[in-house]
Amino acid sequence: MSAAIRRLGRWLALATLLSLMYGCATVSTNHAGPSNPRDPWENWNRNVFAFNEALDANVVLPVATAYEKVTPRFVRQGVENFFNNFADAWSAVNNVLQGKLERAFTDVVRVGTNTVLGIGGLFDIASEAGIEHTFEDFGQTLGHWGAPPGPYVVWPLFGPSNVRESFALPLDRGISPSLVIGDGNAQWSLGALQIVNVRAGLLGASKFFDGSGLDKYSFVRDAYLQRRRNLVFDGDPPEEPPPPPDPADRGISDAAPPKK
Amino acid sequence: MLDTALWSDTNAGALNEARASALNESEKTMKQVLCWLKVAVLGLSCVSAMAQPKAPDVLIKEVSIDVIEAVKADKGIQSGEVQKVIALVDAKVMPHVNFQRMTASAVGRYWRQATPEQQKSLQDEFKILLVRTYSGALAQVKDQTVQLRPMRNSADDTEVVVRTEVRGKGDPIQLDYRLEKSADGWRIYDVNVLGVWLVENYRNSFAQDISAGGIDGLITKLTERNKAAKSGKT
Repeated sequence: MSAAIRRLGRWLALATLLSLMYGCATVSTNHAGPSNPRDPWENWNRNVFAFNEALDANVVLPVATAYEKVTPRFVRQGVENFFNNFADAWSAVNNVLQGKLERAFTDVVRVGTNTVLGIGGLFDIASEAGIEHTFEDFGQTLGHWGAPPGPYVVWPLFGPSNVRESFALPLDRGISPSLVIGDGNAQWSLGALQIVNVRAGLLGASKFFDGSGLDKYSFVRDAYLQRRRNLVFDGDPPEEPPPPPDPADRGISDAAPPKK
Repeated sequence: MLDTALWSDTNAGALNEARASALNESEKTMKQVLCWLKVAVLGLSCVSAMAQPKAPDVLIKEVSIDVIEAVKADKGIQSGEVQKVIALVDAKVMPHVNFQRMTASAVGRYWRQATPEQQKSLQDEFKILLVRTYSGALAQVKDQTVQLRPMRNSADDTEVVVRTEVRGKGDPIQLDYRLEKSADGWRIYDVNVLGVWLVENYRNSFAQDISAGGIDGLITKLTERNKAAKSGKT
């Protein structure tokens, strides 16, 4: 466990350094938009976002695309099920921590079924039997007990996050099959496989994001923040209070955009 | 005694006959009345159907089924042909959408400063943007069913949230709608996919473009973007 966290820390340090270098190397994208109270570190975040995008386009995406091409569907499905089985176990723990015992029980039944009948989680027998995922993580547990999301943060490699999720990140990302494997090389390969698996699953979704917004950064940010809030409230968040009246809401004419 | 009995018997027979014919008559009139009643009831229910708009969740369910069936029946939509998707959206979805409100709320406080022409082009381009974005998702429709999740509104609400779940292979997809009551039925004005309200999600990026180049700047950007996608380079 502590080894996994240390490994994660090393990764993060390296990636931060790389993205800092990237940020210096590229023209600083000082955006002109109104500052967003949920994203006070926007300039920094945009740089890291650009770094992640470049990393994705040059390394992760090609590998994930190739992976999708060369491996048969049932193999990919098996890999996904295997990782999901771990996520289900972690979800059970978090459901207990949130006092959602019924859902925790569902998770335990899922993990039991898939580990035993599904040969170590390679087959998702539970879903076929109609037992559904609940997918709770530690970030949601913190949110459940009232931890505010805090400002938006983009981490190198790990992507969109907020302050609350950042505290949960070492646990949520660290709890993976590599935990139970002692061998260092196998840990690295398993970690890489996990990243490729996730990215391959998102091939369709990322096309969607590319086409959806005018400014991908803010579209991804706002979707992320809404999505996490929705997850904390299990798909049924209370209505947000209407935003306070905007003091700038007067006299901005279309012909003369405000000068900064 | 016997005579009277006989007489009464025959008399009874005649009487029965008369009674029967009278019964026939009354049956006929009864039938006619029933018939009229039926017509009246049908007419009434027609009228009441017009006066009482469909419940919002019933509407969403019907439109969803309608769209799923239409996609399943059309190979062009399944392969993501944007023109066909636009035709489908125009025919099945748009009659139930308050698209002006949708665009206005995505554009935010700048909407009131826009001229009617600008508002119109904003609506047109925003629609193409949305359709283009979601034509891919529509192409994925296969054997999905739509299930309504419990609603929380009271009977006299004029704005409600209808919550649904799209079930197919894999995990269910949360798909919710905000609707407003209008003179001619309920109208959708926002959609939530997997917990993300769409209009809200466009607001920041729109605001950014408007503060950089005014409303015309946003229109130009939207138009360019849509044209670029049309010619294949996103």
